Amino acid sequence: MLTKAFEGSVDYVQVMDENGAIDATQFPKDLADAKILEMYKSMLFARALDAKSLSLQRQGRAVTYAPLVGEEATQIGTAFAMRKQDFFVPNFRQHGVFLARGFPLDSFFVASRGFEDGNKIPNGFAATPVTVPVGSQMPHAVGMAFAFKYQGKDAAVVSYVGDGGTSEGEFYEALNFAGVWKVPVVMIIENNQWAISVPRRAQTASQTLAQKALAVGIRCVQVDGNDVVAVYKATSEALENAKEGPTVIECVTYRMSMHTTSDDPSRYRSDDEVAEWAKRDPLLRVRTYLLKKGMWNDDLEKQTSEEQLKQIDEAVDKAEQFKPDPVGMFKNAYSFMPEILQEESDDAIASNFWQ
Amino acid sequence: MQMNMVSAINNALELILKENEKVVLLGEDIGKDGGVFRVTEGLQAKFGEKRVMDTPLAEAAIIGTSIGMALAGMHPMPEIQFAGFSYPAFNQIVSHAARYRSRTRSALSVPMVIRTPVSGGVRSLEHHSESPEALYSHVGGLLVVEPSNPYDAKGMLIKAARMNDPVLFLEPTKLYRLFKQEVPEEAYEVPIGKANVVREGSALSIITYGTMVPVVKEVVDDKKVDAEIIDLRTINPLDEASIIQSAKKTGRVVIVHEAQTSFGVGAEIAARIAEKAIYELSAPIIRVASPSLPYPFPGYENYYIPNAKKVASAIDKVLSA
Ligand SMILES: Cc1ncc(C[n+]2csc(CCOP(=O)(O)OP(=O)(O)O)c2C)c(N)n1
Ligand SMILES: [Mg+2]
Repeated sequence: MLTKAFEGSVDYVQVMDENGAIDATQFPKDLADAKILEMYKSMLFARALDAKSLSLQRQGRAVTYAPLVGEEATQIGTAFAMRKQDFFVPNFRQHGVFLARGFPLDSFFVASRGFEDGNKIPNGFAATPVTVPVGSQMPHAVGMAFAFKYQGKDAAVVSYVGDGGTSEGEFYEALNFAGVWKVPVVMIIENNQWAISVPRRAQTASQTLAQKALAVGIRCVQVDGNDVVAVYKATSEALENAKEGPTVIECVTYRMSMHTTSDDPSRYRSDDEVAEWAKRDPLLRVRTYLLKKGMWNDDLEKQTSEEQLKQIDEAVDKAEQFKPDPVGMFKNAYSFMPEILQEESDDAIASNFWQ
Repeated sequence: MQMNMVSAINNALELILKENEKVVLLGEDIGKDGGVFRVTEGLQAKFGEKRVMDTPLAEAAIIGTSIGMALAGMHPMPEIQFAGFSYPAFNQIVSHAARYRSRTRSALSVPMVIRTPVSGGVRSLEHHSESPEALYSHVGGLLVVEPSNPYDAKGMLIKAARMNDPVLFLEPTKLYRLFKQEVPEEAYEVPIGKANVVREGSALSIITYGTMVPVVKEVVDDKKVDAEIIDLRTINPLDEASIIQSAKKTGRVVIVHEAQTSFGVGAEIAARIAEKAIYELSAPIIRVASPSLPYPFPGYENYYIPNAKKVASAIDKVLSA
């Protein structure tokens, strides 16, 4: 006897193409043009923040930085789809999500200077901070989603992982738990084609990353991650259905810049490849769309950019006023101060050995 | 030839790959990119993708598959991109690499060298500055070594690759390019399990390793104090004989390491001196190490890791006791 034990397939969704043309059959009904405009401004803001962060790092005013340029649609589209009550769990590249969700910019820049103090997440801001160990954040997202379900909250968790991150055991384990527990989590795979120098094709023999979800019985979809409308649509739908269980969304995008400021991509990838992806720039198509609709023009772009830069500069100024407090290292390790740590702290402060 | 630690290790890897066909290198970004610190630069071009492999991003599998290769007669040399990312592989290292020999009464062994960058002082992001030598030395069955200069790095790596044991080879990033040294072009061995007496002296013994070796040397030179400096080089198994001999000779001991104070390598050294030489001491043993806290973000690292001033005041204290 021979029968099919399993059959599965993965849809690919694009709503707005590279030229700003819309596929009406896919266009989300509830999405007003005004919201597309807001998303465009937010993408512009993310790109400006990115450029500033890079320049601060180059001037020695910030520590190692992981640029987001090219991945704005994935980050802003998912952020705009989140409802107020939803939580997000990032890796280390989602600066755009923090920005769009209203994280205080000056705190962002304090963290960029290399101080934990910038990670002091404001009360009510629904996110964990940057997670560096690749993939390790994924089980947290599932646990949080479990908690929300347990507590009867109408909230979901949106978590982010890179293409490289989908190779880690913790990614697979988290996915499997999410499937078994049917918890309200939306896992965004930000597939930017590279994990430092390792290309997507060398990362896995799997045809798509989304299909990893099929193995654990989770809904999945692959979207054009440079199409903010498709990303918004897929994330909104997943969040609407979050009560029924998890969704994996693979956003196909591209890391236009270096992995981090410590990296030199010319060692392992061609300029041609980068140029090819530049044609699919996530901002360009939205701009074309808005221009055609008469909702945008060069003056507005200039004015918006100036306002955004001003906000960024003010935040940088404020962050540069921040004075580090070494006692904070000691005070925040436990819920109480162990005697032997107090002694280490007192000794350190008394000796001022760093001066 | 004059080499820094990066070129000395690169040179050692090349000689090892030439010498032993059983050796393969595997890890994240070690092939085309030559490793994030360029330690494996050019090796994939010379030896091919079969012997110098870029792997998917998964530390447990990098170490787990290496163990399998070793069990089947190869001699893998996996790289973990930073020691702070070795923890997904902790299970493989602790439960298998360190135990195969004892669990099979030496019928099976795991000849492999895990190379990984350690320690801080270079303004890296969170998890890129860990010093986990005590965690791994506590296990038993796993050799843990940490060279502090290009000459030792090359000789110890060659020695490690010729042993029939799992070796955790820790490379302090701060020392990768800090200075150059004369290093022979041919293969040579530096023993594993033997500390190096960097400087002989009679006033006190300073026992150290890794990033703190150059700091200690600088302080001793500046203060013109007649200190004996011991660079452990091998953390596990500890060269107890050299430590006890020096402690008995000088009667005063300062232990300096970058890793956290509590439950660290210094505690082990101090305990052994207390057990075997306490009546010959003229002063309490002093540990100079980092606070008993996780390594901070880069903005705070200078408030955290020991520096020359901290070492100097410990020397004053032990001499005046
Ligand atoms: C567990 C772990 N291993 C290695 C690293 C070093 N590292 C940082 S980012 C990265 C590549 C990540 O690729 P991907 O998941 O695709 O995310 P991207 O950087 O492309 O956004 C690596 C290897 C790490 N941070 N954590
Ligand atoms: Mg990637």
